[in-house]
Amino acid sequence: MSAAEAQRFRALILPHLDAAYGFARYLTRDASRAEDIVQDAFLKALRGFAGFRGGEPRAWLFAIVRTTFLDAARGRPAWSDPQAAEAVPSEDDSPEDALVRQGEIATVRAAIEALPEPFRETLVLRELEELSYRQIAEVTSAPIGTVMSRLARARQMLLAALSEEKRP
Amino acid sequence: MSGCPDQGHLVHALLDGELDAVNAEAFEAHLKTCPACAAALGDLQGLRERMAAPELRAPAPAALHSRIEAMIAAETERPKRRTPAALPWTLAGVFAAAFAASLAVTSLPSTTGLADQLVADHVRSTLASHLVDVETSDRHTVKPWFNGRIDFAPPVVDLAAQGFPLVGGRVDYLDGRVVAALVYRRNKHVINVFVRPQPKGLRLPAAGAHDGYSLVRWTEGGLEFWAVSDAEPRELQTLKQDFVAATRG
Repeated sequence: MSAAEAQRFRALILPHLDAAYGFARYLTRDASRAEDIVQDAFLKALRGFAGFRGGEPRAWLFAIVRTTFLDAARGRPAWSDPQAAEAVPSEDDSPEDALVRQGEIATVRAAIEALPEPFRETLVLRELEELSYRQIAEVTSAPIGTVMSRLARARQMLLAALSEEKRP
Repeated sequence: MSGCPDQGHLVHALLDGELDAVNAEAFEAHLKTCPACAAALGDLQGLRERMAAPELRAPAPAALHSRIEAMIAAETERPKRRTPAALPWTLAGVFAAAFAASLAVTSLPSTTGLADQLVADHVRSTLASHLVDVETSDRHTVKPWFNGRIDFAPPVVDLAAQGFPLVGGRVDYLDGRVVAALVYRRNKHVINVFVRPQPKGLRLPAAGAHDGYSLVRWTEGGLEFWAVSDAEPRELQTLKQDFVAATRG
């Protein structure tokens, strides 16, 4: 690509690297696989940047991340076990608060990771990445009505999982 | 949690800000008379709060940022040769004429691209993306952080006493390779000091300005240093003197 295109790529697409990685983490449930997926996706994005027609850059990038993930997952055995990633406590918390907080974050993360697809990706795109219904529809190649029903189902499942968690 | 059967999906749409004004108003009126929908909305708001923890959003590791920066640079066509007349360097001080002469006789096609890249790297670092990968004023933390990230060992000095506090370090990409960037502050200004092994056979000016940014270059111990900032050129000269003195001291 030309130097001008590269600058445009840096301005439009590169700022969404962290978000793309966050999305890939929930797709793969594995930190090192997420890195591989994001790196492959960025190479595709770079080489296909000429095809970017000035829509929403994040949705465009996320769609590539998702396709890359699906291509990589094809032929793989079923999901590896979700890995409980370490939660980083906030510095403002007392040690007791930090423990409780870590537990809470690990619980929520595990509950999200336990959601089956396509409900997990829909929920992550809405709640964690804050995409609109239209953008989620674009990323997941699904009609908006489907996005809405998946989202409602995902929230229902997550609420159920988290309320079970609380019972002794 | 699903609210009442005929309006259940509207709870989600309201929460997600996907209802237009008319429908939002109508549904909010409905909420006042429908305990099931009101309870469902409360559940969903509670769920959203639990998912708001920043720890649930993992930022990409610094090494991934570096690899992708390197990839972009590798996919970018090299800037074309420019004639000396097109060189954007405006050289400061009384050495301008001498430098102009050396520019004219020395093959410096990469100077333009290099100044572009240095300023672009500097500007990018000061935008939202990321100023430092390792944020600390402790040079003993910054120096080992570069181990394994770059294949040379840049000197890291703290110049807080001289008025240039160390902010941290970062790996960046310059002219086809990964380089070290040390970040200092001077009052409100950010100063990037890029460090790389000294390229052979290049004669480069020791100071200049590009797109309103000042650049100062020096070499020491086989390494080349470029200080880039929007601070005054003389501030960068001071930084250079202090930096060199501290590495020798």
